[in-house]
Amino acid sequence: MGLTRTRGARSTTDLVAGVLGSDRLALARAITRVENQEADATALLTALYPHSGRAHIIGVTGAPGTGKSTLVTALAQSYRAAGMTVGIVAIDPTSPFTGGALLGDRVRMRALAGDSGVFVRSMATRGSLGGLSKTTGDVVTVMDAAGFDRVIVETVGVGQAEVEIASTAHTTLVVEAPGLGDEVQAIKAGILEIADILVVNKADRPGLDRTLRALEMMLEIEGNGARYVRHHGQLLRVESPVESDEDEATWKVVVMKTVAMGGTGIEELRQRIEAHRTWLMESGEMALREQLRIANTLENIIRAELNRRIAASMPASGLDDLVEAIRRRESDPYAAAAGLLSAV
Amino acid sequence: MSERKIRVLVAKPGLDGHDRGAKVVARMLRDAGFEVIYTGIRQTPQMIAEAALQEDVDVVGLSILSGAHMTLCPKVVDLLRAQGQDDVLVVVGGIIPDEDVAKLKAAGIDGVFGPGTSSEEYVAFLREHVQVAA
Repeated sequence: MGLTRTRGARSTTDLVAGVLGSDRLALARAITRVENQEADATALLTALYPHSGRAHIIGVTGAPGTGKSTLVTALAQSYRAAGMTVGIVAIDPTSPFTGGALLGDRVRMRALAGDSGVFVRSMATRGSLGGLSKTTGDVVTVMDAAGFDRVIVETVGVGQAEVEIASTAHTTLVVEAPGLGDEVQAIKAGILEIADILVVNKADRPGLDRTLRALEMMLEIEGNGARYVRHHGQLLRVESPVESDEDEATWKVVVMKTVAMGGTGIEELRQRIEAHRTWLMESGEMALREQLRIANTLENIIRAELNRRIAASMPASGLDDLVEAIRRRESDPYAAAAGLLSAV
Repeated sequence: MSERKIRVLVAKPGLDGHDRGAKVVARMLRDAGFEVIYTGIRQTPQMIAEAALQEDVDVVGLSILSGAHMTLCPKVVDLLRAQGQDDVLVVVGGIIPDEDVAKLKAAGIDGVFGPGTSSEEYVAFLREHVQVAA
């Protein structure tokens, strides 16, 4: 047989039928085409989209070293024990220098091997900075359409500003670990604000009490049970003070302790996620989050297409002549930009 | 705006736990711009084939120092073919006696790389033999 491998022989329709019919190779190849934005990616997504919307999407984010991969593995095992199937998308960073990536999340996920109710896919960020890659949402849609009951998205190890996961997931877990930062870190805005559930993993490590205190204090200062509301097309975050836990209009963000390595606290965490799902559906918040997610997807598609058109309509000679004309003050950047954009 | 990256699974089948070579290769491939999925030590051929499928890799790179290559490598190739991945390039690195190279190639292994293989050689081989359909 010849050495050289040529890929991509299966037709779009064949792949769609495969994804919907639990053909794991078809699912894997469909994800590749979507991730690479290959020629039929849009056709694939258009065909699969009507079959999506059933999976509950769980985002897991947090700083590097907090044990996200191990936690995702333990959660997946817990869902499997409860009879549910799980798709996992694990994201690691692409090197900005070489464009290469080392995707190592599977090392922690070996306990999931051999289970046909689980499908793990590693993705590189490929230049995106929000903690996900550009096509993560689309890959989640493919897994959703493939019929997984739960889809877990593990972000890259993030700092304080990578909050994109909140517009992809229904339930967002922010994972912390004892001894990683002081109280001030916990007060900083950003990542903690997107948590539906705060998880202190590695809860058997020293410094647990301090970390718990800092997070609880942060929750008190921030107010609890914030909600997102769409108002005239703008997304607003509305703080709802916690008066009573019985008030089903608000969701109480709690801090959960886990030791993912030993399975401690995992069952409780899974139940809390399911409680959040129930609350989302009963309070009407699910529809809001779906709107948020769809609006985000739509904006991304439009932006990508506009970028493509702008790139395509730029003068072949580049911008050098215009730049020089502006330098000589024969034109100005504003008029020049308007002139270029009118051709798009 | 198709963005195609070559994806490589780097796996260590069998029971020897010396993964330094595998990690060096993984890093080298990353630095050459590949997306490398690293799975860690003590992988069974079944685990490797399953990961290769889910990750839809173009290349499976096996690292074996234990001497079990004649058992493990053909097994991986057979499993890949059985699941429809006959278009995946399979290469092996590690300590492979010269007399086994032809046998491995006959069993469907596409490339055998011993100690001293330069990173340029390795990268060039992968780039040459993985044809990425647009």
